[in-house]
Amino acid sequence: MSLRADLQLIADWIEPNSRVLDLGCGDGTLLAHLGTAKQVQGYGVEIDVDNVVRCIEAGVNVVQGDLEAGLAEFDDQAFDHVVLSQTIQAMHHTENILNEILRVGRDAIVTFPNFGYWRNRWQILQGHMPVSETIPYQWYDTPNIHWCMLGDFEALCAKNRIRVVERVVMDGERRVSFMPNLLGSLAFYRVARG
Amino acid sequence: MSQSEQSVGIVTPEDAFFDTPLTLNSGAVLEHYTLRFETYGTLNAAKSNAILICHALSGHHHVAGRHHPDEKAPGWWDSMVGPGKPIDTNRFFVVGVNNLGGCHGSTGPSSVNPATGQPYGSAFPVVTVCDWVRAQARLADRLGIDTWAAVIGGSLGGMQALQWSIDFPSRVRHALVIASAPKLTAQNIAFNDVARQAILTDPQFHNGNFYQEGTIPRRGLRLARMLGHITYLSDDGMGEKFGRMLRSGEYKYGFDVEFEIESYLRYQGDKFSDRFDANTYLLMTKALDYFDPGQRFDGSLVKALQQATAKYFVASFTSDWRFSPERSREIVKAMLSAKKPVCYAEIDSTHGHDAFLMTDAPYVAAMRAYLNNVAKEVAA
Repeated sequence: MSLRADLQLIADWIEPNSRVLDLGCGDGTLLAHLGTAKQVQGYGVEIDVDNVVRCIEAGVNVVQGDLEAGLAEFDDQAFDHVVLSQTIQAMHHTENILNEILRVGRDAIVTFPNFGYWRNRWQILQGHMPVSETIPYQWYDTPNIHWCMLGDFEALCAKNRIRVVERVVMDGERRVSFMPNLLGSLAFYRVARG
Repeated sequence: MSQSEQSVGIVTPEDAFFDTPLTLNSGAVLEHYTLRFETYGTLNAAKSNAILICHALSGHHHVAGRHHPDEKAPGWWDSMVGPGKPIDTNRFFVVGVNNLGGCHGSTGPSSVNPATGQPYGSAFPVVTVCDWVRAQARLADRLGIDTWAAVIGGSLGGMQALQWSIDFPSRVRHALVIASAPKLTAQNIAFNDVARQAILTDPQFHNGNFYQEGTIPRRGLRLARMLGHITYLSDDGMGEKFGRMLRSGEYKYGFDVEFEIESYLRYQGDKFSDRFDANTYLLMTKALDYFDPGQRFDGSLVKALQQATAKYFVASFTSDWRFSPERSREIVKAMLSAKKPVCYAEIDSTHGHDAFLMTDAPYVAAMRAYLNNVAKEVAA
């Protein structure tokens, strides 16, 4: 079974035999893949109990918990990679989680839907909040409360003395290098301290 | 219960007699003792599919099925253990054992001390979770089980599962620690002490040697159980079930039973004092108080877990305030620090501490999923 394109991109950034923490790991698809393909020792954190059960079914280590409460269960620098996939835009304590993931991890992979994507801008021009494949919610029932564009995220990293190691922007399954903040719908960052 | 789930049916307890002395943590020595146990399912040729169920404070070896067709209630974890159930007796060989100091057939304070021909009473030594685990290991030897596919328990039973993984690392593949705690808090010890004081100060207690007096400290045991029972339920759960309901619909302005909750607790207390031994209750609560697997590792559970090789499943219940989710998260945190594989589920439930005996759907689903993988791993 082939991995979803965005998860494959994350998987490509993960070293074999490393220790990985996947925050908001859902049904454990990424960790299950990394376990067999890269022999990583992985743990997931997931708030939804049905997803926790799916992780257990998939043989994935999972800790049920709420990311908003922080990562108190995890020791400093306990992981090589921490993954925060399409979750940061739904968090109240955005800065806190950004600092927490680099407390527990050597590096972090953060992905989010790019609000600056041209289709989003077009919908706003037409007088509506964007609804799309990467943003599949109406404004009144969306879990996404902290939208940002590429530059916003990079500014927040700079403010917290976090270094952007690598950036990839995608539109569907296609990599975008020309005008990424306009033409890319999904942003992938690898970030580290110092 | 789905159609594919069945009962293990009629079961018969067995006794294993041991005459190799067992030195307890306290220094006392049990020269010989009996462990009463039950088994369900079939041990496979590789002897890889055995599961040990450890009981909690008032539990025993009778985990599933019935002793005779007319037995009112089945074993205490019949909802979880049986053909097609999460602890599937079609795949696993399941062992339930009454712990030392118990009052359901294993050697305990109410057993006759061969040295005196009288019940042990107050002469029965204080036992710890470590002592129980050592005794259970001897039972495993007797049954030809070198390695448990899993050791499973809730509450005090979960403590045994955790201790097993520390004391006998090579003999436990998986430990399932449910609604448990890494050690008791002051508040928890306090509850236990009030329960003990109720028993110890009952005039019928006779310093633990009430058997010879032909009496039992019924009042003390009843109070102990009533107090315990309050801590096993949640405020919401109790409110839902009883609220302020009155038995007769109006205030009587007296001290007889008026509120339904009073009636319920008294009934539970009476039922319990008829079937449970007061000395056993004292011992079980002491075992809880003393439990601290990190103690001999510089007070560090992380260090204690370092030598463990088991994989862990930990579960807690949101409305459990006796052993709250925070306590289970302490266990999980130590497991993570020790880099142990662990799955942790925090189940939404109004059933309080008792939830580990209930069948909240996500709890059952998580247990089923985890044990299904255990079964695959041991080719059961």
